[in-house]
Formats: sequence, structure tokens, C-alpha cells
Amino acid sequence: MIDKISDSPQAALADIHDGATVMIGGFGNAGMPAALIDALIEQGARDLTIVNNNAGNGDTGLAALLKAKRVRKIICSFPRQVDSHVFDALYRAGEIELELTPQGNLAERIRAAGAGIGGFFTPTGYGTLLAEGKETREIDGRHYVLESPIHADFALIKAQRGDRWGNLVYRKTARNFGPIMAMAARCAIAQVDEVVELGALDPEAIVTPGIFVQRVVPVRTEDAR
Amino acid sequence: MKRLTRDQIAECVARDIPEGAYVNLGIGLPTLVAAHLPAEREIFLHSENGLLGMGPPPASGAEDPDLINAGKQPVTLLTGGAYFHHADSFAMMRGGHLDICVLGAFQVSVSGDLANWHTGAADAIPAVGGAMDLAAGAKQVFVMMEHLTKSGASKIVERCDYPLTGVGCVNRIYTDLAVLEVTPAGLAVRAIVGDLPFDELQRLTGVPLLPPDAG
Repeated sequence: MIDKISDSPQAALADIHDGATVMIGGFGNAGMPAALIDALIEQGARDLTIVNNNAGNGDTGLAALLKAKRVRKIICSFPRQVDSHVFDALYRAGEIELELTPQGNLAERIRAAGAGIGGFFTPTGYGTLLAEGKETREIDGRHYVLESPIHADFALIKAQRGDRWGNLVYRKTARNFGPIMAMAARCAIAQVDEVVELGALDPEAIVTPGIFVQRVVPVRTEDAR
Repeated sequence: MKRLTRDQIAECVARDIPEGAYVNLGIGLPTLVAAHLPAEREIFLHSENGLLGMGPPPASGAEDPDLINAGKQPVTLLTGGAYFHHADSFAMMRGGHLDICVLGAFQVSVSGDLANWHTGAADAIPAVGGAMDLAAGAKQVFVMMEHLTKSGASKIVERCDYPLTGVGCVNRIYTDLAVLEVTPAGLAVRAIVGDLPFDELQRLTGVPLLPPDAG
């Protein structure tokens, strides 16, 4: 019997190795898998490359992971925020590498990895600092920049409900990067508010089919926030 | 010299958004536009974190941490609205499905180059978010900004000093002094606030403008 349910965040994250590339879902706090991030801090893997839209808020979650000096590099679109003081200090001290990418390019680079695309030409960023050094091409009179996929060893995402085959549905705008990060990682680990029986999720409404998900970890909502 | 308030600029932008338009309002000044959209028009607001049919902020106490906008503020969803993931959300822009985006700006050039993401200062931490995707993707890009900097320099320039967000992407500029349109012939004045003479607007702006009656 296939059962992708993990007993605990600790069990689900046990094999994350030093130097791994780890995608972390969420846009701000919506969709951020807080329990998995806490478990990653506890687990101790270091020298990580993190992919997230932001670079941590306040002192918890991703910010706490950065503060614990576990992250070598971050790939994101919007690191600077009113409460990104942990990242700001590390960046100014030269203790973290930043790869800044426009948000839509970030999403498409993640999607491309999950879809087996070797690269793609996008109009976003053409003629700007963020396209410097990249191959460009004119197609039908429009200018495009070549962007590459972002693959990951692990993705840590948050969904509302999941079943033992790994099928997932999300809640409202907490969906954000979850579905594409699940596709792009060799091992996608989903923190869910609730595990449901097979068949309880409407097959017409499953957002992430279980083929993209390797582990499902139930975390009660009140613990997760 | 009469100048529009930020809310009055937002009102001008709102007036020009037609029924049925799919619209993204950028973070900052453009968010003011939402409150001025005429109630009788059905307009679809898109937020790049993954929703269409964005409604007004919730009542105090009714906030949902899973329902936020691109500025990470709590919002609501209108009846008929939809949620989707980030790659779909940006496909809506890049794929040319979004009719209008409204963005703030540091500077806009006469040829419609936009600078709004980075001051270029050596110690600034760069952050771009969806600005470049919106600039490159929306069918029409409206900019709203003050016409002049605090020191009186024009924010409409021959060439942007700040790092670019997009090349030749701006279609229309709404300021506290005028509405301008980027045309192949040059920057055309569509409206002037109050009784400011064209020549005076021209002098303050510092780049060649086409007068309102030039078509």
C-alpha cells in the first residue's frame, strides 16, 4: 500500500543534506510551511541554497533559518521588506549570496524545471540590469532574454488537505508557489492542515496530483501558525 | 499652480479604466485607484500572488492570513473570483491577457522607458518583485506619479538615470499636473490640470511635449 504520510516533520526532513537546494513555498506568510522550516532548523543541514519569493519576515520561519546561518545563497524576487532585518544584516555583511530574479521569471523558471524545459525566452527584464550577461533573441520583432530552469533537491510547501497518494488542495492565496515547487523538486514535502481518505478530494478539483509529491506531513493549523 | 492630490490622480486613472478590463494595480500609489473605480462598472482586479476578482479590504476582525494581495495586505474575494498558482498568474501578464497595469515610477523617459524598482544606490538592497513582469506583459502600462521630485526636477526625462524596469513599455502617464501619452511622434499631452499654460508645463517638464490639440 502506498502511503506518503510522514509521522512528523522531523521524519520527513531527515535526509536533507548539507549543500542541498531547497525550495520553500509561501508568499509572505501565506503558504509558508512554518512547521517544516522549524524542523529544518532543528535538523541542522547547512550550506543550503534556498528558493523563495522573499528572504524572510520578522524573526521566525525563513528568517530564523537565515539567522541560524544555514543558508549560503538565496534565489528570490523581493528580499527587501520592512521586516527583513535578518536578511538585510547578512547581505550587508557579505554572509549570504543573492540571486535576484523577477517574480514571474522565478515562477516560470521553477515551472520549467518541473516540466522538463531546458530554458525559455521571456520578454521580462529585457534591457535591464537583471538581464545583463544573458543571451537575448529577437523573435517576431520582440526582444527576449534566455532564462534557465531552477531545479531543487527538496521542496517544502504547505497545502490545506492531502491524501496518502500525495494529492493536494490549497487554501486561497496560500497556493502561490506550492504547485510549481512540488513539480520542480526531486523530493516534495507538503505540510497539510488535514490528511483525508483517498477519494475524499474531488478529482476534478485536485490542484497538485500526487505524482509531484513524495511526502505529506499533517500539521494542525494552530501549530502551523 | 494647482496640483492634484494623490487621490485625485487615482480618480483620473480610475475614470479611464473601462468595463470588463482585467487590471493589476501595483504596490504603493496605484492601490489608491481601487477605491475610485465606478461601482457600476465590472472590472477584474488581478493580484500577482494568485487571485482575480480581488475585493476591498475585509472588516476589522475578518482578516484571513491566507487571503492577501501582492502587498501582503488582507483583502477579500468578489463572488466569481478565482485563485491560481504563481506560474499561471504571471502567464496572465506575460501572455498578454491582462489589459492594464498601473505602476508607480521614479522616472519615465520620453520613449516610455520605466524606472521604478531600484535607486541604484550602492548600499541599496535590490528587490524587484513583479514590476518587470508587469511592465513587459500588460497590454497597456499606466504610470501614476508626481510630475516633479521634491527638489523640482522633472520625473519625465530624456533618458532614465535610475536602472530600468522595462524598455519602451509605458503607454500613459498620470501626474499631479497632466496626463501624457507615449506616442510614436513623441510625448503627447492629453490633459492639463487647472489653468496651467502648456508652455509652463513644457518648461517644468524639460523634455519636448506635443500640445493637447496636436491630436
